[in-house]
Amino acid sequence: MNILQHIGFLLRITGSHGIMRRYFVVNGFDGALTMLGLMLGFLLSAPTELSVVISACLGAAIALGVSGVSSAYISEGAERRRALTRLEEAMITDLQESAHGKATRWVPMLIALVNGLAPFLISMLILLPLWLAKAGLILPIAPLYAAIGMALILIFLLGVFLGQIERVSWVVSGIKTLLVALVTVVLIVLFASA
Amino acid sequence: MVFVKRIVLDVLKPHSPSALEFAQAIAAIGADYHVHLTVIEMDENTETLQIEVKGGAIDFERVQNAISDMGGSLHSIDEVETQGAKDK
Repeated sequence: MNILQHIGFLLRITGSHGIMRRYFVVNGFDGALTMLGLMLGFLLSAPTELSVVISACLGAAIALGVSGVSSAYISEGAERRRALTRLEEAMITDLQESAHGKATRWVPMLIALVNGLAPFLISMLILLPLWLAKAGLILPIAPLYAAIGMALILIFLLGVFLGQIERVSWVVSGIKTLLVALVTVVLIVLFASA
Repeated sequence: MVFVKRIVLDVLKPHSPSALEFAQAIAAIGADYHVHLTVIEMDENTETLQIEVKGGAIDFERVQNAISDMGGSLHSIDEVETQGAKDK
């Protein structure tokens, strides 16, 4: 059994595939909406230097990543230990050295990584147009608008991913998540201009 | 030299991994292993299995390790068939 098959096996015996997918979408969505909010905030306020925008967004992305890793590790670790104790009680045996024991140690780390990396990597993709503009690349549209466009595309793609899981129309699912983003945009514009 | 040709084991295991994965993991130990697994009883968290392993020379220790690696617990060895052979 190679390492990927072993990881797949550990996720399967703990029924963690679904949890991982859920965390990826939920926290990825958090990351994308946070970046969208930040970009809109900068767009609606007084013109700010690109380096300031990048630093602020990078700070938020790192915080989202660390928060994702730590919160998922703590909560999933506790859940898995509880599940192992219940299983050990049912089996009347020590399962620490079994696949279930290994899963209790490794699965929370894997879930934590997904939970932390999803918002961080999505935020990095949204920041890409800003970095390219800062590096001197001429973009067809202003960097903040390009970043907002990137955020909307990624939010749509998260919806498409959800549609694939649910086995419903990916277009409808993508549009649903996009609508949530548009409601966020409207709320930010309303509050920022009030 | 004595070869173990057949063993029947009484095993308790969690629901996951499935009976299929469990049998496959034992069969993977030896090229000529033939595994017959029967779920005898099932409760909320566990399953009681009867596992029959046939092979030319069954390595019992490796079978036992595979069972415990998969979270199973060997309760008893219910049947054994061995065959003696002259040492060369």
